[in-house]
Amino acid sequence: MNEQQGSSGPAKHHVPDYRYHTLVVTVENKSGVLARLAALFSRRGFNIESLAVAPTDDERFSRVTVVVDLESAPLEQIIKQLDKLVNVVNIRELHPGHAVERELMIVTVVAGPDRRDELVEHLDRAGGKVLSVGADAMMLSLVGPPVRVDEFEKLLGQYGIIELQRTGRVALANLDEDD
Amino acid sequence: MKMDGGQALIRALELEGVDVMFGLPGGAILPVYDPIIDSSIRHILVRHEQGAGHMAEGYAHATGRPGVAMVTSGPGATNIVTPLCDAHLDSVPMVVITGQVPYAAIGTDAFQECDTTGITQSVTKHNFLVSEAQDIPRTIKEAFHIATTGRPGPVLVDIPKDIVDPDNPRSALEWTDDVDMDLPGYSPRTEVDPGAIAAAADLIRAAERPVLYVGGGILKARAAEALRELAELTGIHVVTTLMARGAFPDSHDLCLGMPGMHGNFTAVTAMQESDLLIALGARFDDRVTGRLDGFAQRAKIIHVDIDAAELGKVRRPDVAILGDCRVAIEALVADMASNGVGGADRNAWRSRVSGWQERFPLSYEQAQAGDALKPQMVIERLRDATPDDTIVASGVGQHQMWASQYWSFEHPYTWINSGGLGTMGFSIPAAIGAKAGCPDKMVWAVDGDGCFQMTAQELVTATVEKIPIKVALLNNSYLGMVRQWQEMFYDERYSEVFLSKDVPDYKGWAESMGCVAMRVDSPEEVDAAIAKANEVDDRPVVIDFRVTAAEKVYPMVPSGASNSELVVPPSQQDQPR
Repeated sequence: MNEQQGSSGPAKHHVPDYRYHTLVVTVENKSGVLARLAALFSRRGFNIESLAVAPTDDERFSRVTVVVDLESAPLEQIIKQLDKLVNVVNIRELHPGHAVERELMIVTVVAGPDRRDELVEHLDRAGGKVLSVGADAMMLSLVGPPVRVDEFEKLLGQYGIIELQRTGRVALANLDEDD
Repeated sequence: MKMDGGQALIRALELEGVDVMFGLPGGAILPVYDPIIDSSIRHILVRHEQGAGHMAEGYAHATGRPGVAMVTSGPGATNIVTPLCDAHLDSVPMVVITGQVPYAAIGTDAFQECDTTGITQSVTKHNFLVSEAQDIPRTIKEAFHIATTGRPGPVLVDIPKDIVDPDNPRSALEWTDDVDMDLPGYSPRTEVDPGAIAAAADLIRAAERPVLYVGGGILKARAAEALRELAELTGIHVVTTLMARGAFPDSHDLCLGMPGMHGNFTAVTAMQESDLLIALGARFDDRVTGRLDGFAQRAKIIHVDIDAAELGKVRRPDVAILGDCRVAIEALVADMASNGVGGADRNAWRSRVSGWQERFPLSYEQAQAGDALKPQMVIERLRDATPDDTIVASGVGQHQMWASQYWSFEHPYTWINSGGLGTMGFSIPAAIGAKAGCPDKMVWAVDGDGCFQMTAQELVTATVEKIPIKVALLNNSYLGMVRQWQEMFYDERYSEVFLSKDVPDYKGWAESMGCVAMRVDSPEEVDAAIAKANEVDDRPVVIDFRVTAAEKVYPMVPSGASNSELVVPPSQQDQPR
């Protein structure tokens, strides 16, 4: 997150330029609620980049982390339309740089015996794990900020990806931030 | 108290104060129809479920109370989708109960099963699928609360058969009078931000060319009186959109009438030239704004709405006021009353406005002796021959625009139409619903022949249920508005818009449905026919007015054009603007 600190020019405010924004939406844990969210995004033409849903520590509610594409609609409209859904209890916007964002990827890559050491070296540097090793392939996992996961996925492309699943982004606000 | 789900459903409706409901029974909803026999609620049996939905809407428009409709699963539910969508777009409070196949059968493609909550999700404010009998009373309470508070709208409650069927143990429940709602995500805000009110009041004081742009939200907020107070205190002109006709009296000096695609020249141009638009419960609909980047370019905007998503959706306001329109207007009045209305010089503006009114009144060419009947003239004669609190319900098309233009609306809740969705066939069932809710008022449906053929069967309902509405059928044998567009924008190439000169025989058809029916071909017969219709009070009346197809609705902003390109009638085209 500190990559840009060395660059010259005026300091940039962190909010407006980002194309993708992360919203944390607390919804009632009832059947059909996810369909309502999806239908709203589709009907209003809001594009979403990723969506992760799971129950929270309070069983009445689920927490949805949704990454929205602001090229498709203004953030304000997306938030206001979401808020109109009766089952949506709370919406919180997480500013990039003011939140901890993570994504999990599990992936099977082509890895004959001759390339395994090299691959494991990359994996170690990225902080990933080996889940399983086959004759000509390895199954790996990586948890990290989405940009790191992107980079690692690109690197794995050189080896040959057999199957891949990412969870989509989940996020929590930084400690001691007022939003 | 022990009860079954069907009894509980009807009891819950009674507790909500429902006096009339509209519906048609079928397999899945059968158990709920049994306790209706013993209920105080009057059930009106329709001939098609779409009719039930529009009747509930008409009832809600006229009374301000939520309309209620009940239909069965599958085709019953799909037939009421159009009224739900109509009510959603026009913010009409309505509760629709649909039967559903037994809970365990959901998802099996059972007989008359459809995914009702899935289908209606995007056309309702909210919907429920109830899984347990015990949840019925709470769900009904929540449905009425959601339908009637905040920005009103339709709510659907889908009820599986097993939880209302007394022969099924799943229908047993313990009734209690106190049930608490459980809606953690729903808390509409009505109070307004005092800072925003003060900022709005300052803009109003400084404005030299202000216009009050009033939408349907004024009526939903029961704010017509407050609006009049604000207008009179500040001397600011008022335009009433298609959804707000009647919210401010047309005869009032400050009333400019309807803006928009078929608005009158003064209302459209005053908005275009304004330096401050005070939008009250209006949503900058494309039919009002014309081409958006050419709309009221020099105007600042104050926007009051109870739906936060409307603020900034289309046009960015300079002052946004979230909350109830009546509360906001009363706060503005209080501010202006104590801090003054300001000293902006509006004399030049007033004389421009009155100049437009003189040069560009609504007008049509009067018929010469021997000419065919003019539809605008029929509306004028009807207006002059009926009490000024008459409720007018219209269908969609040319007749709707002429009714809105040439009627004089003096009271709120006297104009009922399908604005947002533009649903042909709306008028007859909506008029029936209005009359069921306001039996002491005269109710006229103004309809076209295209619309009439979509829902006329509900006149049977009106006859059998003794709901004596009157129908002025402006019959030009065409889908008139489409014909107008083809004449103006498709080089007079008329494609699939001619209906038929003589089929059906409307008089005979109406009589067969139990109505008093007349046919009027010439201007001389108009007054006598209306007078005769006004005397009938025990059954519906239909007058088939054979009007010319050559008339077009003027003025008109062509689709995609700016409001400054408003096309006025030929007789006014040489007037200086």
